[in-house]
Amino acid sequence: MPTISSDQINSDYDVIVVGSGAGGGQTAYTLAMEGVKVLMLEAGRSYDPVTETPMFQGLKSAPLRGGGTPDKPFGFYDSTVDGGWTVPGEPYVRASKGRENQFNWWRSRMMGGRTNHWGRLSFRNGQYDFKPKSRDGLGFDWPLDYKDIEPYYDKVEQLIGVYGNNDGLENTPNSSPGVLLPPPAPRVGERYVQKHAKGIGIPIVAAHRAVLTKRQDAENLPAKLHPGNEKAQRVLKQAMQSRAACFWATDCGRGCSIKATYQSTTVHLPPALATGNLDIVPDAMVREVMVGDDGKAKGILFVDKTTGKEVRVKARAVVLAASAAETVRIMLNSRSKVFPEGVANSTGLVGKYLMDTVGAGLQGQFPALENLPPMNEDGAGGAHVYAPWWLYKQQLAGDLNFARGYHIELRSGRPPDMGTGAGLDKLNGGGNWGQPFKEDVRRYHGSFIGFAGRGEMIPNERSFCELDPVVKDKWGIPVLRFHWEWSDHELNQAAHMQKTFKDIIEASGGKVWGKLPAAQGRDAIHPGGDIIHEVGGALMGADRTKSVTDQWNRTWDVPNLYLTDGAPFVSNADKNPTLTLMALAWRASDHLIGELKRGNI
Amino acid sequence: MTTPFSERLDRRTAIKWIATAAASATMMPRLAAQVQATTEPEVTIVGAYEGPGYGTDPDLLKDYAPGDLWPLTFDDQQRQTAAVLCGLIIPADARSPSAADLKIHDLLDEWVSSPYPQQAGDRLIILEGLGRLDMLAMSEYGRNFAELGNADQGTLCDRLAKQMPMPEAPTEADQELQKTQRFFKRFRELTAGAFFTTPEGLKDIGYRGNVPLAVFPKPPADLLRRLGLEVD
Repeated sequence: MPTISSDQINSDYDVIVVGSGAGGGQTAYTLAMEGVKVLMLEAGRSYDPVTETPMFQGLKSAPLRGGGTPDKPFGFYDSTVDGGWTVPGEPYVRASKGRENQFNWWRSRMMGGRTNHWGRLSFRNGQYDFKPKSRDGLGFDWPLDYKDIEPYYDKVEQLIGVYGNNDGLENTPNSSPGVLLPPPAPRVGERYVQKHAKGIGIPIVAAHRAVLTKRQDAENLPAKLHPGNEKAQRVLKQAMQSRAACFWATDCGRGCSIKATYQSTTVHLPPALATGNLDIVPDAMVREVMVGDDGKAKGILFVDKTTGKEVRVKARAVVLAASAAETVRIMLNSRSKVFPEGVANSTGLVGKYLMDTVGAGLQGQFPALENLPPMNEDGAGGAHVYAPWWLYKQQLAGDLNFARGYHIELRSGRPPDMGTGAGLDKLNGGGNWGQPFKEDVRRYHGSFIGFAGRGEMIPNERSFCELDPVVKDKWGIPVLRFHWEWSDHELNQAAHMQKTFKDIIEASGGKVWGKLPAAQGRDAIHPGGDIIHEVGGALMGADRTKSVTDQWNRTWDVPNLYLTDGAPFVSNADKNPTLTLMALAWRASDHLIGELKRGNI
Repeated sequence: MTTPFSERLDRRTAIKWIATAAASATMMPRLAAQVQATTEPEVTIVGAYEGPGYGTDPDLLKDYAPGDLWPLTFDDQQRQTAAVLCGLIIPADARSPSAADLKIHDLLDEWVSSPYPQQAGDRLIILEGLGRLDMLAMSEYGRNFAELGNADQGTLCDRLAKQMPMPEAPTEADQELQKTQRFFKRFRELTAGAFFTTPEGLKDIGYRGNVPLAVFPKPPADLLRRLGLEVD
């Protein structure tokens, strides 16, 4: 990835973008393609998936057979470098010790951030998801409607490439005709569960994931995405031609050297750089937004990690996309005469209403799937199917003891790992060894399917972050302190997930494997942050006294400061946030371009 | 009781690892490096693991072998016992070689020698267990496990492969046997995981992925029919 060092920074940038992940990548892409001069600051090192991805390395080549460690929590071959649940030299703080009050903060200090390893699930929020308070009285409504963001969903899906079907299910929007790529054929286990779940009323349909199941239409898409902009079209055409279709091997979490999946480092940043309008400085740890006496953002103060020196850089506008909590941290650390409590924080709401996704899981063992014949089930390196939330009507009627929905992901397929052959003593009468054991491993491998629920958390007053009064990171920057609490809606939802999984498993002739469903939601739910869907902390709204940004992701207090990561999220629907975040970032960038053109900034 | 740690590891390191293992038993492994804030008892500072290991940015394209990243632990006797046990648990047959043929015991050595908290529990179980296995062999047959004939080794494996319920008034020998059974179970799991992630093991278990394809194939029609699924 071509980058510059801090002493090569120019003095004539229109916009500084902090962060290079989904939000920062989309923002820099949109701005640079439209001729805006952009400086991007990334806290981690530069990273190039084309040369660095361990595509075909087998687990035998990895230490500990690729298993997770504190240095590589999702396994040795996970694309995350210099990141994870903890980051050396960059502590964070939890306000209380209880498991239910735990918030785990995943950071990826690298170019492209978390887009390098994410699951690529790309679901649209539906109409209900933008007006949740109007529907059930809880949380907040967004200051925009589905129809406002719909064209941007189409644009992002066409840019990054998303497979899936238009199933027309409730609150699960269709894409415009021709936007989605064809989904891959479901695997045996996925088909098996699909059939039996249908029998108990649970629809399993094609997943939507940002993987190219065929090459992009490089002839026609650029003109659709950048009408009237020949340079952008030319650049995008080249970028799209450089992406290969999925070759049905290797796990997307490793990253993708053939650029078949979306990651910011292969899809957003290369064309943005090719315009000549984007400079990227890696190893730039942003400390604060500099604010002038007029209350406007002047630029950014960051620590150059390669020299340890503080660097100040100016621009006409600043966009924060550092990840929801890191953006909050930068804002709270940006104290000035005009904003003594942090930039754009006149309401005191910065850091409030932090959300994650509700997560719970269960595993099943299916006798019908024992002794499957040898076959290649790698597929698109992730889920081919999923179950969107199917109980909207029952929920609205008050038949459930939680207010919002969840979707089901299932993991079927057969790459062996260090867990292969474990626990078979529960199936084969207490444990054996030798030839009978070897044959049992063959028999049972592939007969397990994991179920994961991903559900909506309703924002609450007790889940937030603030600056810790004492603790600082290795650059002397104050760190975040997290407060976390679930409401009964989330806890009951987690219990419902496990019960549903048990129902599906048993309806499919299987048995719950390993941990049984918990009686209490608190024992079923993953700790906060575990699903790595951290959003909120600087909510958008229609009323400037009750929100941090307007519907354009622009802070109410500072007209030239935008937030284009998950921070402005008003709710966190069960739909994984990345696609929505990118659609909002594109929309916000269009607005910012307009403001720059109109001379308002 | 045989000493669980070899000379290749100095005592200071061994003590540190035992301490890590003890500490990690009560916490989530990934949070092993939590530090307590002194001022507020309810508050936890979440710091990072900064001990030995491959670091947060290792070379992912390199081929690693046991011993490349941290010193191994097994002494000659432990290594020999582990190799024999690997070969017994997963023997050679028409489809694949034995776990001993594939030197799975070397991976187990790398595993128990890991500096990370995730393996600290296994380190104790495996190193102590190898000693227990030899003690059991010695008390029954007067020789170390690896030196026994195949039939005697098999008799001991039969006794260890199934976890027995603890009697109501367990003797010290009962407790010792149960610990050795727990070791056997964990050793078997690690051996299987390590074996079936080798190229030979992947082939054996019917894994046919990790090769580029032009088209992702649908499952075979006869399999779909067998499972009562629609053939599309």
